Amino acid sequence: MQRHDDGRRSRRGILKAAGALAAGCGAAILVRPAWATPASMETAIRNVVGAAAMKPGKVALDIPPLVENGSTVAVSVAVESPMTPTDYVKAIHIFTEKNPQPNVIGIHLGPRAGRATVSTRMRLVDTQKIVAIAEMSDGSFWSDTVEVIITLGACLEDVI
Amino acid sequence: MARALINVPAKAKRGEVIAIKTLISHEMETGFRHTTTGVPIPRNIITSFVATYNKEEIFRAVLFPAIAANPFITFYTVATESGTLAFEWTGDNGFSATESATITVE
Repeated sequence: MQRHDDGRRSRRGILKAAGALAAGCGAAILVRPAWATPASMETAIRNVVGAAAMKPGKVALDIPPLVENGSTVAVSVAVESPMTPTDYVKAIHIFTEKNPQPNVIGIHLGPRAGRATVSTRMRLVDTQKIVAIAEMSDGSFWSDTVEVIITLGACLEDVI
Repeated sequence: MARALINVPAKAKRGEVIAIKTLISHEMETGFRHTTTGVPIPRNIITSFVATYNKEEIFRAVLFPAIAANPFITFYTVATESGTLAFEWTGDNGFSATESATITVE
């Protein structure tokens, strides 16, 4: 294990030296850590959904289709639900395909929310797919997928 | 102490759905960045946000590094009775912040 770590460090060092001419995010492409891939997003989604089927619909993921700066992207999720004590949204999750980690936020609601709408601001590192999943009180899962184009990603290698 | 801004209507009608906006100052260091010398910058984020209405939990969120710096969260709740809405953020390195607002329900 130790040897493996040493190997990674030296490889990183070499890559870093090679990329010395490239600045900021450019160099980051060479040395960035393992990314979330569509497969790891799938795993993260399965961790939440389990074996249940996920149907498209009911969820509206509102995010600008073209984003200039990935460091702060306003995102809003609205789920169609009467929000009564017997029929409400239990949870809302957001996942990304290419960020270093697939999870973005996990929100737990109850019938007292009145309206199943939440908004926040997220980071996006690259042009990718965003998935929002809603878990209903009856145990069903609904989703919405949006493709977002990023001009400048959230930089992972800011010089400090 | 981190600065937190919250926006809760001071008055509401009974049963009305009200919007709650929260913002807290926090760098949300992802843990995926490195310094110029290649040293990883340790993760320092807010991991959890909980809102309570008269001590009853109405909203809870688990935050990940993909949340932008200065986490901003907006959500809704039903104004059931006059009382206090309390908000609590907790995170890495023992980070903890609380804020509260009162609401009058007619």
